[in-house]
Amino acid sequence: MLKALVIDPVKCTGCKQCEMACSYENENEFNVSKSRIRVFDFHEEGKMVPYTCTQCAEAWCQQACPVNAITTDAATGVKIVHENICVGCKVCTIACPFGTVNYNASTGKVIKCDLCQGNPACADACPTGAITFQDIEQTGYDKMKLWAAVAGASDHAGAKAPVAKH
Amino acid sequence: MGWTGKILRIDLTARTAKSEPTNMDWAMKYLGQRGLATKYLVEEVDAKVDPLGPGNKLILATGPLTGTAASTGGRYSVVTKGPLTNAIACSNSGGYFGAELKFAGWDMVIIEGKASSPVYLTIFDDVCEIHDAKDIWGTSVWHTDEWIMNRHQDPLLHVAGIGVAGEKLVLYSAIVNDLHRAAGRSGVGAVMGSKNVKAVAVRGTGGVKVRDGKAFLAATAAGKKVLQQNGVTGQGLPAYGTQVLMNVINEAGAMPTRNSRDVQFEGAHDISAEAMATPRKTDGKANLLTNQACFGCTIACGRISKIDDTHFTIQNKPQYRKASGGLEYEAAWALGSNTGVKDLEALTYVNFICNEQALDPISFGATVSAAMELYEMGVITKEMTGGIELKFGSAEALVACVELTGKAEGFGKELGQGSVRLTQKYGHPELAMASKGQEFPAYDGRTIQGIGLAYATSNRGGCHLRGYTIASEILGIPEKTDPHVTAGKPGLVKAFQDATAAVDSSGLCVFTTFAWTLTDIAPQIDAALPGGWTPEKLVEVGERIWNMERQFNNRAGFTAKDDTLPPRFLKEAAKTGPGTGLVSGVDTMLPEYYELRGWTKDGVPTNETISRLGL
Repeated sequence: MLKALVIDPVKCTGCKQCEMACSYENENEFNVSKSRIRVFDFHEEGKMVPYTCTQCAEAWCQQACPVNAITTDAATGVKIVHENICVGCKVCTIACPFGTVNYNASTGKVIKCDLCQGNPACADACPTGAITFQDIEQTGYDKMKLWAAVAGASDHAGAKAPVAKH
Repeated sequence: MGWTGKILRIDLTARTAKSEPTNMDWAMKYLGQRGLATKYLVEEVDAKVDPLGPGNKLILATGPLTGTAASTGGRYSVVTKGPLTNAIACSNSGGYFGAELKFAGWDMVIIEGKASSPVYLTIFDDVCEIHDAKDIWGTSVWHTDEWIMNRHQDPLLHVAGIGVAGEKLVLYSAIVNDLHRAAGRSGVGAVMGSKNVKAVAVRGTGGVKVRDGKAFLAATAAGKKVLQQNGVTGQGLPAYGTQVLMNVINEAGAMPTRNSRDVQFEGAHDISAEAMATPRKTDGKANLLTNQACFGCTIACGRISKIDDTHFTIQNKPQYRKASGGLEYEAAWALGSNTGVKDLEALTYVNFICNEQALDPISFGATVSAAMELYEMGVITKEMTGGIELKFGSAEALVACVELTGKAEGFGKELGQGSVRLTQKYGHPELAMASKGQEFPAYDGRTIQGIGLAYATSNRGGCHLRGYTIASEILGIPEKTDPHVTAGKPGLVKAFQDATAAVDSSGLCVFTTFAWTLTDIAPQIDAALPGGWTPEKLVEVGERIWNMERQFNNRAGFTAKDDTLPPRFLKEAAKTGPGTGLVSGVDTMLPEYYELRGWTKDGVPTNETISRLGL
C-alpha cells in the first residue's frame, strides 16, 4: 500500500519539530535550513502551514533532469535524488511547480523529501498530528468523516463541519 | 556539541566584529545562556558601570540546547546591567531568533561600546556587518522587522530590536524578536538604545550537533511525552495559555488589583482565558484566533489574537486589524486588574502597542497603576497628564498612556521612568509596588508568602520568573504548600531559584518545569553535552549562578536593606479572599533564607560559600 504525508495546517503550532526531525534524519544534525519540509508563518492571519514535496506521479523535476538523477522507487512511489548522479544544475528546482526541490550549497546537489524510506521523521515528530502518514488513496478520510458526522446528524444538516484543533 | 564554541564580539565604538572561542572552562561551570553570559558580564564589566553608558555591555546568549529538538529548545537571554534596577538584568525570550542565532554558529553575541550614530547589525552565519539605521530610527519594531527583510531581500531573517521607547531610553523598554516575543524585563531595550543599536538581524544555515544523537533523541522524546501527559503543559497551557491562571489566582485572593490595594479583581472573568475564547457579541468571533509555539516547543502556550474591528482603539488604524501576539497572563493582569480596566479588546490593543514599541507590559501597567493612585489622591492632575483623566478603570486613559509611553512623548516620558522614579518625584515612594527598582508581577506577596520572599530576593528586582513558587503554593507542583504560611518557604524559594537558574542557562523554557523536574531535564542536557550533567550538578550550577549574580549586585551597591517589599505589603492586610488579614512575613523569612544560602546576616555570601561553589 502506498502512503502519503497528509498535512492539516489548522493543527500546526509552528514549533518546527518536523524541520528538526527532517534535518537530523538527513543531515545528522539539527539544521532547519536543510529541512525538506518547511513551516510557513502567515503571521497576519495567525496561520502556520507546513509544506513539502507531494511526490507527483508524473514528476516535473524528474522529467526535467538532464542526467536522470531522479528516479521513482517502485515500492513507495517516491521520487529519489541520486546524489552520485546529480550535477547540481538546478533545472529541477525550476521545473518543480511547488518549489519543493531545493539546492544545497554545501554539497552542490539538490535535496527533496524522500519520505525517509517509508517512515517519515517529520510525521513521527509532529506533536499535534498536523503531519500524518496515511494510505495514499484515503488522504481525505479524516475530512470525509467530519462531514459524514454533519450529514449523519440530520438536525444539523447544512451546518459547517467542525474543525479539529490541537 | 550543543555549544558552538564561538562568541561574536561586536565593538560598536571601533566598528569591528570578531569571532573568539567560547571559554569552555566557564561553560562547564555555568552551562550557557543566563549563567555563561552573566559570567562574561561580571568578568568584563565593573558592577558600578552606568547601565546606559558605553561601558556597559549587552549580551545575547543562546543555551546549549537552543536549536535542538529538545522541546522548547529555542530560548535566548539578554544579559546586561539593567537601567531600571541598576542590578544584573537577564531577560529571556522565545520565538525563533535564539535558534537562528545558534544556527548562525554563535553561543553568544557580546555588544560593547557605543555607535556614533544609529546602526543595525546583520549576522549571516560567519559574517557580521554594521549598517546605518537612519531609515528605521524612530520607527517601531514591527516596521523595522519588515524593513530589514525587504532591504536584504531575505524573508528568513529573524530580527530582535527596539521600538521608539528603547531609542528614547524608556527604562523598562524591551527587546522584541519575531514581532511579539520579548526579552521583556529590566529595560534591556534601553541598553540597546543607549548603544545606538536599533536591531540585530540573524540568519543561520549551519546545524547543531549533540554528543550522543541516539541518547538525545530518546531523552528528548521521553521529555516530550511527559509534557504531553501533564495536565498543565499538555492541556491547560495549549488551550488557555498562561491566562489559565487569571481566575485561579483571583479566586486565591492573590490578584494584585489597583496598585495592590486589593487582592481580587471584580472584572477578572472579563479578561480571562475563557473570555478570550468566547465569541464576542459584536461580531461573533473570539478574541483568540489560535495558539502558537515558539521554536521547538511542544507545549504551544502562545496566544494569537485579533481585535474586534469595531472597537474604539483601532478606528482608523488598519495596521492593527490583523492577528498578532495576544494577552499572556502577566500582561492581562498588569494592563487589566492592576489598572482596574476590564475591557479585553482594549487590553489586547495595549498589548499590541507594547509589542510594537517594545515595552515591558508588567512595568508599564504597574507604573500606570501607581500614577492612577496618585491621580486619585490629587497629587497628579489632569494638567500634568496633558488632559488624560487617569482614573482606575479607564480604558481610554490606559490607551492614551501606552501610545505616549511607546514614543516617550508628553506624560509618557514620566511614565517611562517606571513606578519607583515616578512616585519618588511626586513625594510618595511608598506607592511603587517594586523591589530593587522593578515592578512586581501578577501574584500578591501577602497572600502567597513564598512569592513575596522571591520578589524581595530576586537578583533582577521584582520578578516571578527567578523562583516561581506559585507552582507549589497554588498549583501543587511538585508538591502543594500552603500559600498563607511562611514556614518552609525560604527553602522552597531557594530550591526554585537555583533550579530555574540552571534551566535558564540550558536553552529550555522554564514553563517545562510545570511538568519536568531536573530529573527529566538532566538526561537531555547530558546526552547533548560532554561533562556528565546530573540533576545534582544542575542544582550546583544554578546555585553558583545565583551567588554570582548576588555578588555582582552587592558590588553594584545593593545590601540586605534592598531585600524587602514596599510598606503596603508589610502593613496593609489583604482585604478579601481566603488570605484576608495577611501581610507579608518577608522579614521573618529572610534570616532563614540567608542561612540556607550560606550568606552572612547582611546578605553577603560567606567565604565558605564562595569557595564551595568555586566562585
